[in-house]
Amino acid sequence: MSPTITTSSEANGNVSAATARAAASAAATVEASGPQTVTMAKALNTALADAMQADPSVLVFGEDVGLLGGVFRITDGLTKTFGEQRCFDTPLAESGIVGMAVGMAMNGMRPVVEMQFDAFAYPAFEQIVSHVAKMHNRTKGAVKLPMVIRIPYAGGIGGVEHHCDSSESYYAHTAGLKVFTPATVADAYRMLREAIDSDDPVMFMEPKKLYWSKDLVDLEELRAQHAANAAAGTSSEGRAAVARSGTDATLIAYGPSVPTALAAAAAAAEEGRSLEVIDVRSIVPFDDETVCASVRKTGRAVVIAEAHGFASVSSEIVARVQERCFHHLAAPIRRVTGFDVPYPAPKLEHYYLPGVDRILDAVDDLQWEN
Amino acid sequence: MTISADHSAPDQAQRLPAEDAVSEAVRKFGITVEDYMLPARHQIQMVDPDGRLKAESEQGTEPGHEYPLPADAELLAAYEQLVIGRRVNDQNSALVRQGRMAVYPSSHGQEACQVAAALCLSDGDWMFPTYRDAVAVMARGVDPVETMTIFRGDWHSGYDPARHKVGIQCTPLTTQLLHGVGVAHAAKLRGEDTVVLAMCGDGATSEGDFHEALNFAAVFHLPVVFFVQNNKYAISVPLAHQSVAPSLAHKAVGYGMAGERVDGNDVVALLAVLDRAVKLAREGSGPLLVEAHTYRMQAHTNADDATRYRQDSEVAEWLAKDPISRMKTYLTGRGLLDDDGAARIAEKAEAVASQLRDGLGEDVPVDPQELFRHVFSVPTPQLKEQSAMLADELAREASAEESPK
Repeated sequence: MSPTITTSSEANGNVSAATARAAASAAATVEASGPQTVTMAKALNTALADAMQADPSVLVFGEDVGLLGGVFRITDGLTKTFGEQRCFDTPLAESGIVGMAVGMAMNGMRPVVEMQFDAFAYPAFEQIVSHVAKMHNRTKGAVKLPMVIRIPYAGGIGGVEHHCDSSESYYAHTAGLKVFTPATVADAYRMLREAIDSDDPVMFMEPKKLYWSKDLVDLEELRAQHAANAAAGTSSEGRAAVARSGTDATLIAYGPSVPTALAAAAAAAEEGRSLEVIDVRSIVPFDDETVCASVRKTGRAVVIAEAHGFASVSSEIVARVQERCFHHLAAPIRRVTGFDVPYPAPKLEHYYLPGVDRILDAVDDLQWEN
Repeated sequence: MTISADHSAPDQAQRLPAEDAVSEAVRKFGITVEDYMLPARHQIQMVDPDGRLKAESEQGTEPGHEYPLPADAELLAAYEQLVIGRRVNDQNSALVRQGRMAVYPSSHGQEACQVAAALCLSDGDWMFPTYRDAVAVMARGVDPVETMTIFRGDWHSGYDPARHKVGIQCTPLTTQLLHGVGVAHAAKLRGEDTVVLAMCGDGATSEGDFHEALNFAAVFHLPVVFFVQNNKYAISVPLAHQSVAPSLAHKAVGYGMAGERVDGNDVVALLAVLDRAVKLAREGSGPLLVEAHTYRMQAHTNADDATRYRQDSEVAEWLAKDPISRMKTYLTGRGLLDDDGAARIAEKAEAVASQLRDGLGEDVPVDPQELFRHVFSVPTPQLKEQSAMLADELAREASAEESPK
């Protein structure tokens, strides 16, 4: 069960274990006021700390999340700051972690648990599907399960088998689970705070290759925004974002595929094609409104996801857009997804992952001659 | 909400739960940790199948595994619940035969376990039952009709777990044990003295969550009493195919907790053993495992045919060990129960049966819109769309019925 992050031979934004350590130490530094360069890891870590600070019922537990601060250091410093009763290591048993979280949530706590890697969450699948997702419905709302299951997911880090699965479709297919996945540093903070605030269980899918992505954000301002939203009862929960405006076609992406989609849009712009990029952010609930508004405007769409395409979130998005926007479409909706093969070994993953060229090929196929 | 300061971080990290149990065992009972954790060599039995109180030396007790006779009032209350429980089991089986209930996994023959599981708990404690523990749920105070809703077919569960401190009657085996562990953990962090009784059967001990729940409870040193009703069969599969451990109670020592075996058809011994387990858990001894030897007198459910996998002679053997007749003989012999008392109890049982017939006999109106109402706290836009679609479909059906062509 020890995580193995190998150094990737890939150049496009992949990181080594050394970079992971650097990101971790950056996450541990105290932020100054005003916009700062912040990693997604730091934003998530700050969101956890702020939520724990705001509400003593918020607990963090999982494997290696205590003293070590998690294998990705997302829980770094929480045990030190909040004590071992608020952030602690559990035995190595994912069903136990999630099942215990269910009981804690039934009894007044807001557990935020970490599954160490996507594929390590599968032992918890029964608890997630049979109880986390169903308890509220089964008891007609008498039992609420305000809990978050954080899962570092997807590939692009040169990880060995069982460390790179895109497992979001399993959870999205299960009625009763919210499924969030941030793609930007600011969203990572905002969405994790919203997930913890949610009275319903949230599968919080963290694109692990973006943990060390950086952005200029003002954490103090995000914190204030969250407090203001919470006080006013407003939030952006469940809303997609327009990550880049454009007029010719819409790229619909989420999580790890958003930066790839943005890179494709930037490349297309150089060729004179204006692509809009929608960051889905919340897979469940799904923001049909924002996605469909964009497709109605552009008349063309490509859905991009790392997961296998067959029976997946990407197929659901295509179906929904087709049902709602058929008469606005100038071409069939295309998909760029992972192949329907088990996630490849590190030296083969670049063949599998949706990349800029494959996206641009799909855009070229959108019947521009008509 | 405050979290109790007595679980200070560094101390908790350094101290092994097993050490607590050791010091507890040594201090309280003057025995070794192995003798504390291993079950006594024989199951605890206080009243024999003929209703005679056994001599103390014959009860299976050992130093550190001593069980005082429960108070008379508790025994009488238990007997009343036994009679009600038997009546409920048989009433429900009849309702299934009449087609008024979808299914009922009867605990006929296991009523002593059911009753003791409820009576050993205090008001602030929690119980986590299985689908076969309806009698225990009722004995804990949940309304009979609400208890049986799960089998009536109009919703998956009929009572508020938080109000009664009774988990839902769980179907996926041993998944509920972990919920019990979580409830106990939350209570412990807040410094509350809640004890959780988490129930499962013999077959369920093969499940992974059984292992994870016992291990978590032990590692976090939580006040959970795991109560295994060994009724000898998992549908058709006998215990020998589930485990070759000396007993299921012996599994406790592997987790660093204490285990005990008890005659599951002797409500006196059950109350003595469970009362002590709950008391020890409340006092901070960590989790305990109690295995009760009982027998599922009827088939798994009405859909099962038990004659395909077991002999009538075996069933007859257990009929002679019936928990209710045994208790009646014992209480009558002690002068605690006379004909009038027995008649009053029978009347109460009849009243509950009548409540079940009325409650489960009536056609409960179902609201199709409830399908969408409780999936999330607030329905998603997609659920609102689907709810409107169904409403429209039903409205069109209704208007078509009103104005036939």
